Amino acid sequence: MAGSGLPSTSNGYYRSLTRNMVLIILVVSVTPLILISGTIGYYFDVSYHAKVLEHLQVLIKKHKQNIDNFLNEKLADIGLLAKSYTFDQLTDEAFLKDRLTLLQEQYGRSFVDLGVVNDQGIQIAYAGPFRLKNADYSKAEWFTKAMHTEAYVSDVFHGLRGLPHFIVSSRQDYRGKKWILRATVDFEAFNSLVENIRIGSTGFAFILNKKGEFQTKPRFEVEAAKEPYVDFLKYDSTPLDDVVVLEKADDAGVEKIHVWSRLKNADWLLAYQQKASDAYAVLTQAQKLTIVIFLIGMGVIIIAAILLAKRLVRHIAKMETEKEMMNEQVIEAGKLASIGELAAGIAHEINNPVAVMVEEAGWIRDLLDEEDLKETANLEEFKRSLNQIQTQGHRCKQITHKLLSFARKTDPTIKLVQVNEVIEDVISLSQQRAMYASVKIETNLDPDLPKVEASPSELQQVFLNMINNSLDAMDSKGGTIEVISRVSGRFVVVDVADTGAGIPKSNLQRIFDPFFTTKPVGKGTGLGLSICYGIMTKMGGDLTVNSAVGLGTTFHIHIPVPALLNDGEILSKRV
Amino acid sequence: MLETKLLLVDDEEAFVAAMDKRLTMRNMKITVAYTGEEGLQKLGDDPDIDVVLLDVKMPGVDGIATLREIKNKHPMTEVIMLTGHATVESAIEGMKLGAFDYLMKPCDMDELVAKVEEAKNKKRTHQEKIIEAAGKDLRGRRGR
Repeated sequence: MAGSGLPSTSNGYYRSLTRNMVLIILVVSVTPLILISGTIGYYFDVSYHAKVLEHLQVLIKKHKQNIDNFLNEKLADIGLLAKSYTFDQLTDEAFLKDRLTLLQEQYGRSFVDLGVVNDQGIQIAYAGPFRLKNADYSKAEWFTKAMHTEAYVSDVFHGLRGLPHFIVSSRQDYRGKKWILRATVDFEAFNSLVENIRIGSTGFAFILNKKGEFQTKPRFEVEAAKEPYVDFLKYDSTPLDDVVVLEKADDAGVEKIHVWSRLKNADWLLAYQQKASDAYAVLTQAQKLTIVIFLIGMGVIIIAAILLAKRLVRHIAKMETEKEMMNEQVIEAGKLASIGELAAGIAHEINNPVAVMVEEAGWIRDLLDEEDLKETANLEEFKRSLNQIQTQGHRCKQITHKLLSFARKTDPTIKLVQVNEVIEDVISLSQQRAMYASVKIETNLDPDLPKVEASPSELQQVFLNMINNSLDAMDSKGGTIEVISRVSGRFVVVDVADTGAGIPKSNLQRIFDPFFTTKPVGKGTGLGLSICYGIMTKMGGDLTVNSAVGLGTTFHIHIPVPALLNDGEILSKRV
Repeated sequence: MLETKLLLVDDEEAFVAAMDKRLTMRNMKITVAYTGEEGLQKLGDDPDIDVVLLDVKMPGVDGIATLREIKNKHPMTEVIMLTGHATVESAIEGMKLGAFDYLMKPCDMDELVAKVEEAKNKKRTHQEKIIEAAGKDLRGRRGR
C-alpha cells in the first residue's frame, strides 16, 4: 500500500531488533571468550612467572656451587701442597717452580704464581711471572686475615702487581713459627665462571664482597650501593644456601629481577639481575599475540553478528511484508466471500422484480393472443404493463449498481490527503440537493489538520454517503448538517451531525449490517453504511455513531494519522 | 372439469397482481394473500382450495413455516413452492415436508399451469379415494 518498502513505523522497530540481535550475539560469544582467555591467561602468567624465577634460582644455585667448588678446590690444592711438603722444600724456589708447573699442567692457567710468606709478611720464596721475591705483605689486608685462618681466600684486589687477582693461602706451622703458602688465582679464569652466566639480552651475574666491591667484571654497569642486596650483605640473616629472588623496580622505573646467593662462607655475594621485560619476553610476546588474535576474533564476531542480524532482520521484514500482503489478500478474499453472500441474498431481491417483469410481459402476450389490439382498453393495459416493466427494470438496475459499487475496486491509490479539501469537494457536490431539501450545511474545519494517508476516492465515497444519509434523515421541514474536522489522538476525526429523526436504539446495532435499511422499499439498499464501515476499518480507522431519537444523529469518521510522520515534508519524499 | 381453485401467496404485490390476471385467464379461481398468515387464513376460509402457490422467501412467517402449517391443517391441499435462485435448499426442504413440487421464479407459464393441473388432479384423486374409502367404511359398518 504505502510504497514497496517497509512500513515507516517499523523501521525503528527493525533497527532496534537488529541492534538487540547484534548485542546478544556479541555478549553470548564474547563473554565466554573473555572468561576463558582471561582465566587461561592469568594462570599461564602466574605459572610462567614462577617457572622463570624458579629456573633462575636453580641456575644461580648451581653456579654458586660451581664457584664455591672452584674456590674450595683451589684451597684444597694449596692446602695439600703446603701439607705435603716441608717448609724447607717449599722455600726452595726451584722446587716451588716445579710445583707451580705441575699445578698449571693439572689445572690450566688458573694458578698464576706460588709463594711462601713467613710470619713477618716477607715472601721468602716465589715462583711465577712477577718478581715478587722478598715482597713485604705485612701491611696487606689479606696477610693479616690469612695468618688468622688455616685456609683463606682473599677478595679481589690489585696488589703489588697492579692487576686484579685474588689469593688463596694455607697457613702452616714450622718450628713454632707460622708461615703461609699462597697462590694467586688468575682473575680471568675466575671471572669467566661468572661472566658466562648470561640469559637473554639483559641477564648477567656478578660477585660482590661485603664492602660492595665487584669481585668480577659485571657485563653492564651496576651501582652496587644501590642494588637491593647491599642490605643483604650487611645483615646476613638468611641461611647460607638460600637463593633469594626479588622483583623490584629500579630508580628509572624499570622492573628488574634480582637473584642472589652467598658465596665463600657469606663473604661474597653472587648476584644476578635481569630486566623483567627480558625475562618474560616470551610471555609478553605470547600475550601480545593472544591480544591480536582476540581482537581479530572480536572483529570477525562483530562483523559476522552484524551481517547475520541484518540478514535475519531483512528476512523477518520480508516475511512480515509478505504476511501483510497475505493479510490484505485474506481481507480481499473475505470481502469477496461476503460479496458472494451478498450476491446470494441479492439474487432473490433481483429475482422478484424480474419475475414480475416476466409475468407482466407474459400478461401482455396473453392479452395479445386473446384480444383485438386496437381496442382502447387493452392499449391502456399495455401501457400500464410496460410502465411496470420499466419501473421494475429500473429497480433491478439500481440494486445491481449498488452491488457493483460494493464489489468494484474503487481507486485504492494511497495519497497524502488534506481531509478538509475532500470535505469541501463533497459538500459542494451535495449543496444542490441540500438546497432542495432546505437543509443548511455548516462546516467547522480545523485549519491545522495534519495530512493523512488514504485513498481520496474512498474518503469521498464515505463523506458523500454520510452527507446523503444525513439529508435523507431530515424530513421536509429541513434542518442543519454540521461537518466538523478535528484532531483526536492519532486520528483525524470528521463529525457529520444532522438534526434529523435520529436512529432508534434497537436499530443502532444493525445500521452497519449489509442490507439493513429503514428507507422505503426501492429507495435504499442498505449497503451504503456497510461499505463505509468496511472502507474505514480497512484503512485502520473507525466509523462510529451517536444518535438520539428526535434530536439527530452524529457519525464520527476516524481517519488514522500516519505515525511519526505528521510532518508532511518527510512523508511526501517517501510517497 | 371443475375450475381449479388456487391460492397465491407472495409478498410481491405486483407479482401477485400479474399472476392473478394471467391465471384467472387460464380458467382458475384465484385467491391471493401477501403473507403466510393471510394465506393460512384464506385457506381456512375456503378449504376447497386445491393448490397453493407459495413463495419461499417472505417477511414474517416464511414459506417453509407456512407450508408446515398448511400440511398440518389441510393435509389434502397440494402446495407448489415458488423460489428464487438462492433458496433452492429451502425448496428441497419444502419437498421433504410434503410440497407437491417447486418452481424457480421467474417461471414458464405453461409449465406452471401444467404443474398446477397435476397437483389438482392428485388432490382430487386423493380426495375421491378418501371419500370412497369413507363410503366403504360406512357401508362396511352398515353391512355388519
